[in-house]
Order: sequence, then structure tokens, then C-alpha cells
Amino acid sequence: MTSPNPVEPLPYETAAVEETLGPGWAELLRTAYRWMVLGRTIDAHLQVLQRQGRLDFLGAAPGHEAVNVAAGLASTREDWVFPGLREQLIALVRGHALPSYVHHLFSDAKDPAVGRNVPGHPTAREVHYVSMSSVIGTQLTQAVGLAYAQKLKADTGATLVFFGDGATSSNDFHAGLNFAGVFQVPVVFCCVNNQWAISLPVSRQTAVASLASKAAAYGLPGRQVDGTDFIASYRALADALKQARKGEGPVLLEFILYRMTPPSEIEDPVRYQPADWMVRAARLDPVVRLLSWLQVHGRLTDEERDRWQADADHEVRAAIELAEGTPPPPAESVTEDVYASRPYASAGPGG
Amino acid sequence: MTELNLVQAINRTLRDAMRQDPNILLLGEDIGVNGGVFRATEGLFKEFGADRVIDTPLSETGIVGAAIGMALYGLKPVAEIQFLDFIYPAFDQIVSELAKFRYRSGGQYPAHVVIRSPYGGGIKGGLYHSQSTEAYFCHTAGIKVVVPSTPADARGLLFSAIDDEDPVLFLEPKRIYRSLTGEVPDGTHRVPFGRARIVREGSDVTLFAYGAMAPLAAEAAETLSRDGVSAEVVDLRSLVPLDEATCIASVEKTGRAVIVHEAARFCGFGAELAAVLAEKALYSLKAPIVRVTGFDTPFPYALENLYLPNAERIVHAARNAVRAS
Repeated sequence: MTSPNPVEPLPYETAAVEETLGPGWAELLRTAYRWMVLGRTIDAHLQVLQRQGRLDFLGAAPGHEAVNVAAGLASTREDWVFPGLREQLIALVRGHALPSYVHHLFSDAKDPAVGRNVPGHPTAREVHYVSMSSVIGTQLTQAVGLAYAQKLKADTGATLVFFGDGATSSNDFHAGLNFAGVFQVPVVFCCVNNQWAISLPVSRQTAVASLASKAAAYGLPGRQVDGTDFIASYRALADALKQARKGEGPVLLEFILYRMTPPSEIEDPVRYQPADWMVRAARLDPVVRLLSWLQVHGRLTDEERDRWQADADHEVRAAIELAEGTPPPPAESVTEDVYASRPYASAGPGG
Repeated sequence: MTELNLVQAINRTLRDAMRQDPNILLLGEDIGVNGGVFRATEGLFKEFGADRVIDTPLSETGIVGAAIGMALYGLKPVAEIQFLDFIYPAFDQIVSELAKFRYRSGGQYPAHVVIRSPYGGGIKGGLYHSQSTEAYFCHTAGIKVVVPSTPADARGLLFSAIDDEDPVLFLEPKRIYRSLTGEVPDGTHRVPFGRARIVREGSDVTLFAYGAMAPLAAEAAETLSRDGVSAEVVDLRSLVPLDEATCIASVEKTGRAVIVHEAARFCGFGAELAAVLAEKALYSLKAPIVRVTGFDTPFPYALENLYLPNAERIVHAARNAVRAS
């Protein structure tokens, strides 16, 4: 995992980190790094499989690890998560089993969603990770409704909703932030600005300089966060969740980071991205930034780093092997779960 | 039993359901303080408060999206879309999200939302307060679509919609909100989905209708009876699920089918019903299936009475069907 590229160091002295993250900070950072390695490793293995034609589609998330792991670790069991396309790692950090996720990626019989949704769109009810569509932005208003229910029932949880920079142009971005402002529900809007919506840069998505500034139009606070900095991302999420839970209203967080892969494996970013994009992205690689901080500050040995990487490789390989040996979902499942029950005839195999 | 009109029956049913179950809440435009533009939620804001009778900002996608989130958490939201003509900003939420949540999550996330919406013409509403576009929704698997035509059915179907485990589009024929009254049971009787109602028995021709067209079909049957034509009237009540058995049995008996709806003809619900009858009751048919519908035009304002089916057009179609064999 060491990179020959010089990365932009995380700008913290130990004392500042301790102050920002509180007691237990060192273990938190080590845990975070370990999860980030797992996320990066999953993507690396799956990208190979995808190129070999063994996997259809992948919403890979290199570059998004710091925000995802921060969200997973800063949220509690009572919180709910509405993901966008690249938040799968949050489900794993919150306790969704890696083999279940990989079964989903292979759309096999053990996919908890029975192979109904395209790979990269997992559902994990047991960790309050909500099923997603491929429509951009629709989850924002849903998250507001769920947060309304949490507030109405006086429950302790809050709702995190993730979406990309492109989603800020959608109808539901406007409706969602507007409803949240009016109803003052415990929702944290997490705009993951990886600077590209397929081929379109943010400058063609909006004329405002900061997506976070859009919050003002809805009477909400908005904040920009360095999404390649785990410490800043964690602190921002923990604060926003705390504020939401205390009934102090919703927040819009804009996490700025770099998309380090094509939007999907069928796209070729060479057509539209600047030639030095990946070099710039590598300088702000969130995984390497945290690794380097931990090593410089004597919190992670080379031996641990290598062992964790080997463990992640092993874990991912085992899950892939399991999934590749699992048959596809049974034919009859194609007409199940359309309705709660099937009280009447409908078109399907044999019907 | 209490004598009520259709909108009163809806109002009372919402009230009774909310008294029984604190998880039921209402959301929509002008439904709170104002009691709804048709007064369907009159008095409910006062009884249940602003948290359960929610006046929302003016955004249909916001209303349905928020309702979905509430349902995912275990509440039972009943959303009002003020006119069916204004539902399209929420179309994405309905067909891409609501209808597919259970399926795409492998059953982990059912989303039980009831969407109530007044629909249909005959109130001088023009293009955007009159349309009858149920077919868009019937086409999407995962959502149920029901339409009452009497105050008693409004209550029974609405209770069933709220009880149901699936998303339900509950269409209210606003033209007959107040124009007819009927005895409505005071208790919590349910009208099950997927059961058509035989309004009147007959032997020569079946008139299929729903919503505001059902009383017109009954009126036509009365006229036909004076000419010695015995018409059976079937009120579909539930479009999805469709009571195919009752429809087929009726045509097997009468041998003739006239399908009435105020929606445009092309790809309207009548096309589906005609196909079902052709597939499953063809050998019982003595005459071609006839559709009496709105025109394949936008909904007109000045000439809405020309556009809308009336008893005369239904009678004419039924007579032709009987004469054809």
C-alpha cells in the first residue's frame, strides 16, 4: 500500500488529533485505516474480475474511502443510511457481512436481494442501509421522510443520506433540502463531490463555487469538508449527527474528493478528464494519507500494514470464491416480492 | 349506517383509521389547516395535530419521497396529491422507487404508502384538473390501483388500502364527491381488493365501468331495460389487482362487453380488459368488444361534455352490440 507518490500530508500534530477525536483516537484511526484498506482491496479485486468479464458492473469507490469509513464509524446502530452509488463500504463498516456483499455483486442465490438489483446496489436492512435505485437524487426526499418518522417517534437515531455532485441538479435535491428545512428533521445531507458526474465537471453542473453554499437557500448550514482527510470527515460527520440527534436541525456537508476510477468500467475518462487528473488524485489519496500519518506518528508498523493488507486480500478472495461457486437465483424468484403476496394472476414464467 | 356522500365517507374513514392506529399520518398540500381543497381532511388537523396531518411545501416528489421514507421506518403514511393531474413530479418516486422497493431489496424493504388523489372530469376543470390517467400506474408492477364509485366502497376500499402491505394508488372520482350519497357502514368493514361489484344483473350485455363512470353505466342499463335489453353492470372497483374471474364470468353469461372509462382510449385500461376478455372469453362473445371512452386528445375545457362518456353513448354502444348478433 505504500505509494512512491508524495502525498499531501494530513496537517495535524498528535495533540490536535487527540483534541479533535477525543480519547480512543489512536485506535479509531487504526480501525479506520484497516477498513479503508478493505474497501480499496475489494475494489482492486473486483476491477480485475470486471475486466476479465466475470463481473458485470461495478460502482467502484477508490477515493471515497475516508468519507465512507468515517460515516460507518461515526454513526450508531440507530442511525439510518441512504446511499448513493459509491457508499457500499458504509454497509460493511456498519456490520454487513462481506460475503453477503460479494454474493450481491455476483447476483447469486445468496444475494440478500436475490439478484434483483445491479451489482454495487446492495441492500442491508440489518444495518439500516437502505435499498437504492439507479435514479439520481430520489433518496434525498426519502431520507427526509425517514428522519421525520424518527423525530415523530422520538427515537434517538438520525439519517445520513449520500449523493454525488451531479445529484445537486436533481428535483429531489431541492425538494429534500427544502422539506428538511421546513420540518427540521434529524437528517445529514452528505454531498460527495468527487468533481465528476460521469463526464461533466461540477462547473457545468452549477454556477455556484461551492455546493455547500446551496444550503443557505433552504435555511440550513452548509460546510465544505476535505473528503480525502479521514480525521476531518469523521469530525464533520460526528458533529452533524450530534446536532441532528439533539434536534438542532439538518446540515449539508460537501465532501470534496477525487474520483480515482472511471465512473463505471464502461466509461473512458480520457475523453474528458485533464491529463494530470490521476496524478493530482494520487496526491490526495485518502488511504495513503491516513497510512502515512499513522506511520510518521508511530501508530502503525510496516509489519501491521502488510499483515492487514494480506488479511484483506485473503478475506476478499475467500468471499469471491464462495460467490463464484454459488448458483444464480432460482427462476421462480423472478415473480416474488413484487407484492406482499400473489393473490391474482400476473405475467411471468408459466403464468 | 350513516348517510354520507363520497368525500364525507373518505373524511370519516381517515379519521376512524387514525384514531385506531397512531402510526397513520397524512401529508399533502393544503390538507392541514385548510382541510384539503375538497375538504377530504376537514377537521383532522384539529383532532390529530400538525405532526400527523402535515401541510407540506408545494412539491409532489417531496410528498411521495417523504412518504416512502416514513413507510420504510414503519409509519403508515397516506399522501394526498391534490389533483391526479399534478402527480407527475412524483411519477419517478412512484414508479421507480415506491413500486420497486420490495422487489429490488429482496423483500427487505416493503414500502407501504397510500396515495389518495382526486381524478377525472366533469367539473369544468380543464386540461389540468380533469384527467384520468390511471393506466400509467396500472402498467407498473408493484403498485395497486383502486377506484371507488360509492360512499360505502370509498370507506371499505380505503380501510383496505391502509391495511394493505403494498403501495396503493387510491383514486377518488371528484365529480361524484358530493353528487350522490349512500348508506355507509359505521364499523370497519373492508372491501377487499380484486373483487369487482355486480351493480346490476343482466343477461344481454355487460357494461364494465369504474369510478364516476359506474353510475352512468347504471343509468344506461336502466334506459336499456326499458327497451327490453338486459344489461349487467360491473363496477371494477380494483384495477390492480383486476377481478378477472368476475369479468370473464359475466361475459360468458351475456356474450357482449361494453367497456366504459373517461380516460383516453389508446392504451387505456379498457385495452387491457378487452385483451383479457379476448384471451379468456373469446368463444363466449357474440359481438365485438366495444369501448366507450374519452377521446385521444388532451382533456378539453369548453367541450368537456363532448369528451366525456355519458349514458347516451353507453346505451348506443350497448344497442349496437346487441344488434350485431
